Amino acid sequence: MIKIQELQKYFGQLHVLRGIDLQVEKGEVLSVIGASGSGKSTLLYCINGLEQIQGGTITVDGVKVHDKGTDLNNLRQSMGMVFQQWNSFPHLTAIENVALAPRIVKKKTKSEAIEIAKNQLVHVGLEDKLNVYPSELSGGQQQRLAIARALAMDPQYMLFDEATSALDPELVGEVLETMRLLAEEGMTMICVTHEMGFARDVSDRVAFFHDGIIEEIDTAKNIFENPKSELTKKFLSKVR
Amino acid sequence: MENQISFFSSFALNDIFFMAEAAYRTLLISIISISIGTFIGGIFGWMLFEGRIIAIILLGPILDVFRSVPLIIQLVLFYNFAPIVGFDLNAFESGLVILTLYTAALVANVVRGGIASVGQSMRRAARSLGMNYWQDLRYVVFPIGVRAIFPSWVGVALGVLKDSALVSVLGYVELLRASQILMTRTQEPLLIIAVAGAFYFALSYPISRFSARFERKWSQ
Ligand SMILES: Nc1ncnc2c1ncn2[C@@H]1O[C@H](COP(=O)(O)OP(=O)(O)OP(=O)(O)O)[C@@H](O)[C@H]1O
Ligand SMILES: [Mg+2]
Repeated sequence: MIKIQELQKYFGQLHVLRGIDLQVEKGEVLSVIGASGSGKSTLLYCINGLEQIQGGTITVDGVKVHDKGTDLNNLRQSMGMVFQQWNSFPHLTAIENVALAPRIVKKKTKSEAIEIAKNQLVHVGLEDKLNVYPSELSGGQQQRLAIARALAMDPQYMLFDEATSALDPELVGEVLETMRLLAEEGMTMICVTHEMGFARDVSDRVAFFHDGIIEEIDTAKNIFENPKSELTKKFLSKVR
Repeated sequence: MENQISFFSSFALNDIFFMAEAAYRTLLISIISISIGTFIGGIFGWMLFEGRIIAIILLGPILDVFRSVPLIIQLVLFYNFAPIVGFDLNAFESGLVILTLYTAALVANVVRGGIASVGQSMRRAARSLGMNYWQDLRYVVFPIGVRAIFPSWVGVALGVLKDSALVSVLGYVELLRASQILMTRTQEPLLIIAVAGAFYFALSYPISRFSARFERKWSQ
């Protein structure tokens, strides 16, 4: 379970997250929507410990992410993260991209790591690209590679930061399909997304971010069919 | 006329060996200073990138001095001042120290740029997989950065190889100095300069070929 209480985050003077309270249960899929600059990416970085926080707490499976004693490198293994920029390692083939972290972080043997990598590449539908370098993959394939790379660490949670926004429109579908598959397998997911169709159809709940706070959070059905906040209504009318 | 012949003698096979030996000295001082300079420069570059306070206020300006003062001035100053502070260094050792620091200063800048070129987003991706700082540096930043800076580094190495000629002012008999000696004796400057040029080319060419091969391999 990911539990966020009273989260405050500043970049210098800029107050980016202004008191976030949020709880994500095992197996839940939460989509986070909201205007650009409202702090959605920052929230994910905070959960992953990639950003410091200035107030409140984030706990993941009972471990406080920002406590001094927390072994972040260990904790991060339980949270896979997929970025807008897919960041595949350009000097490694697809299978090496996926096998790297299991080998050096989890200290798997080379053959174990390769086995894990192969399975995950099959999982995301890249079984025919094992020995190909990222430069020869399309954006959609690279993003699926990034998903496989994160899954290879056997995470409990997956955090997606606009995994499809940098993709050409015709490539968005294959990545969303992979995410949908993960959701169906029961993965706990937090998805920052601009894809309203995905948010509505795949997520259990949807959180609408506005200006560093959660303006409204509810079931996907309620948010899309019966939003309570005027701001939510306005946002949804704009993106649809 | 008779007299002159006894002073000057023409270019002989022996002289080629003399120049080959000098070329070896050029290669020796270059290889050592490029290797050590690259290593130190790598560490300096990393310090500059990480921007620790000491690195910015101390290291930066010092490296700027080495990069901007002409090498020949550095060599002469160091050779003459080192004994005063208690280092009794010969021409080779003085040349080596200065060439190494000069290389390090140039490489530091290249390396800083190389690390920066990897980008925060790539590094966050590596960290998000559970890699610690050093694993990220070793398995992600290093291989990507090396490929990015390799052409610049080859430029620095070739430059140092040629600039090592300046150590001749201290009396170290490397290729250029050997050529001067032979020119005085044979009075055949054009021939000797051409031979010296051929030697420099023979030293640099393998590096260029070698690096071109690497770049081709990496660009696939
Ligand atoms: N490293 C940083 N330093 C300073 N300010 C930052 C930094 N990262 C983000 N910000 C600022 O924090 C605010 C929230 O940024 P964030 O990236 O979380 O927004 P977002 O909701 O993800 O927007 P988008 O939909 O454009 O990705 C923005 O005003 C942004 O400019
Ligand atoms: Mg964002």
